Amino acid sequence: MKRRTLLTAAAAASALTLGLGAPAFAEDPTKVGFIYVGPVGDGGWTYEHDQARLKVEAHFGDKVETMFQESVPEGADAERAITQMALSGADIIFTTSFGYMDPTINVAAKFPNVKFEHATGYKTADNVGVYSARFYEGRAVQGTIAGMMTKTNKVGYIGSFPIPEVIRGINAAYLHAKKVNPDVEFSVVWAYTWFDPAKEADAAQALIDQGADVILQHTDSTAPHAAAQKAGNVITFGQASDMSEYAPMPRVSSIIDNWAPYYIERIQAVMDGTWESDNTWDGIGPGMVGIGEISDAVPEDVKAAALEIKDKIASGEYHPFTGPINKQDGTPWLAEGEVADDGTLAGMNFYVEGLTGEIPQ
Amino acid sequence: MITFVKRPQPSKFWTIATPVLAVILTMILGGLLFAAMGKDPVVAIRTIFWDPLFNDQFAAYSRPQLLVKAAPLILIAIGLSLGFKAGIWNIGAEGQYIIGALTGASVGLALYPLDAWWIFPLMVIAGALGGFLWAMIPAILKTRFNTNEILVSLMLVYVAEQILASAALGFLRNPEGNGFPGSRNLSQIPAMSNPELISGTGAHWGVVAAFAAVVAAYVLINKHMLGFQIRLTGESPRAARFAGVKDRLLVVFCLGTAGALAGLAGLFEVTGPAGQISIDFGAGYGFTAIIVAFLGRLHPVGILLAGLLLALTFIGGELAQFMLGLPSAAIQVFQGMLLMILLAMDILVNYRVMIVNKEAA
Repeated sequence: MKRRTLLTAAAAASALTLGLGAPAFAEDPTKVGFIYVGPVGDGGWTYEHDQARLKVEAHFGDKVETMFQESVPEGADAERAITQMALSGADIIFTTSFGYMDPTINVAAKFPNVKFEHATGYKTADNVGVYSARFYEGRAVQGTIAGMMTKTNKVGYIGSFPIPEVIRGINAAYLHAKKVNPDVEFSVVWAYTWFDPAKEADAAQALIDQGADVILQHTDSTAPHAAAQKAGNVITFGQASDMSEYAPMPRVSSIIDNWAPYYIERIQAVMDGTWESDNTWDGIGPGMVGIGEISDAVPEDVKAAALEIKDKIASGEYHPFTGPINKQDGTPWLAEGEVADDGTLAGMNFYVEGLTGEIPQ
Repeated sequence: MITFVKRPQPSKFWTIATPVLAVILTMILGGLLFAAMGKDPVVAIRTIFWDPLFNDQFAAYSRPQLLVKAAPLILIAIGLSLGFKAGIWNIGAEGQYIIGALTGASVGLALYPLDAWWIFPLMVIAGALGGFLWAMIPAILKTRFNTNEILVSLMLVYVAEQILASAALGFLRNPEGNGFPGSRNLSQIPAMSNPELISGTGAHWGVVAAFAAVVAAYVLINKHMLGFQIRLTGESPRAARFAGVKDRLLVVFCLGTAGALAGLAGLFEVTGPAGQISIDFGAGYGFTAIIVAFLGRLHPVGILLAGLLLALTFIGGELAQFMLGLPSAAIQVFQGMLLMILLAMDILVNYRVMIVNKEAA
């Protein structure tokens, strides 16, 4: 191994002296690393990041070399995983979970020549960019379908962790369900996990037992769909991934994360030497958030209403958080026609008026 | 025909030889596993066992990381081994680890932004005390009401996890964290951080404490009356009572020491490698330490070596994942195989293998 490294180094050196340095280096593939929070087969969040990695390989061919580490715990282990990847010669590393924020920043400080992209965080540095998707736009579409489809007027929501990302989704779904069905009620169950099929199935079952006939989820497995299928007459939505294996019932639509265009763009920037730290937050319009096909189990008028709101969001004509909206305690948040600013949305830690229950503290 | 004949005394030779044999056997079986997955078995085994220690690119970083990963395991396992020797089964070290980190961090953060030299020592004391008190719950319930310490200590892990989640979302949440869960980053506050003592060694105070615990446990078990009483109680509780061992006091001592050491491990972890209290701070060290304790045959030096070996397979496994594209599940199978074989080989320590002629028998 050592000898081979020496030989390549010697070859590169002689190529340099012959004036062939530039092409020799240009053929070096760009090394791209990914740190995943779940297994690549989770069928949701990590699965979609890995699909994007495969699309990166298909797009660039020999010009890239990708590597990944799956099921990396958020915390001390993450810092080591990222460091080892940087040591192995990665040019750019995507860390794809919120809990990798501080580790990413720490490692980035030690490797100024490596680029880092952290998903769903808010800390940036010269060589650290952040990116996320406006999933709440998809939640507005889901909420519309949920509000029109529910017969019991009870919607169950499986939350992962009470962080702004998830709270934003609950608020967006509730506001739009309420708009089309003033009698709708939401019950939220916190699973405290991103991926745990057994817990998610339990949560779904508990919500169904309470009379919910719509289950929304912010966790990544398909277990809630299986529970809904067993119960019958309960509808669900794919999360992060299309989960179309459960269509047309119980899965009636989905929010699909589409990371590939962003990854390809950023890797291209590294190759061109034009990469700069960024803060990207894209939604339905640019295609980072996709709405999975609305199945035939949904009546035509509901489908039309859902697609209308989707198109309005995509064109920028409508923002899911447009006033008047009050906070849960009744204090005004947005005045008539006022649109929420990104800062408040990014740190959202309150429910909107009408939601019951408390955000866990 | 092969039969096993019980040895009058455990074999000294096999006590030393079985771990070596087990590692070699695991390498062969693991190699077959990796070969079946289409990977070069020699490269895979070398990546796991050799690269973290001697690879040019990684070793300078990975070697110190062995200590970082092994220190909490060793510290907790030493505490557990005292109780296990006496037949007192503390399965709840994970909970004591979490509570130690919480009490230590709470004391430190309550004093924020004060900067004084005595804050860190005070946090260390608070961490040990927190773990100690959490372990006193099963201890007192056992001595007063004769409850089963296995169940009580295990159930308290889940209680501790809920308190941890509540702390990360509530009373310890970083007020400058944009509404995200998690405390301030303690490792970035000079008065509260537990940094590398000598740069490039990975050795923080937790590593020092782990080595000190190994020495102290060795002295206690072999040179001290209390150590004799612990061993005697484990081997023959009745004889111990006749010999005047106060068994209730022993329960309190063993659970209390294990709790305090686990609490210390948690405190050193939260102020150092982990950096902050987060919802998933408990990474399972408390449970893995049970394996380490038994792998080390409840002997302090054995535990030291077992902790380092487990750390090696963790870190080597991570390298194998992203360098060779092995799935994390395959690495876990490999680790499980190692532990199974190590424990199964124990039969050679206690039994003699005889090849018996059937006719003669």
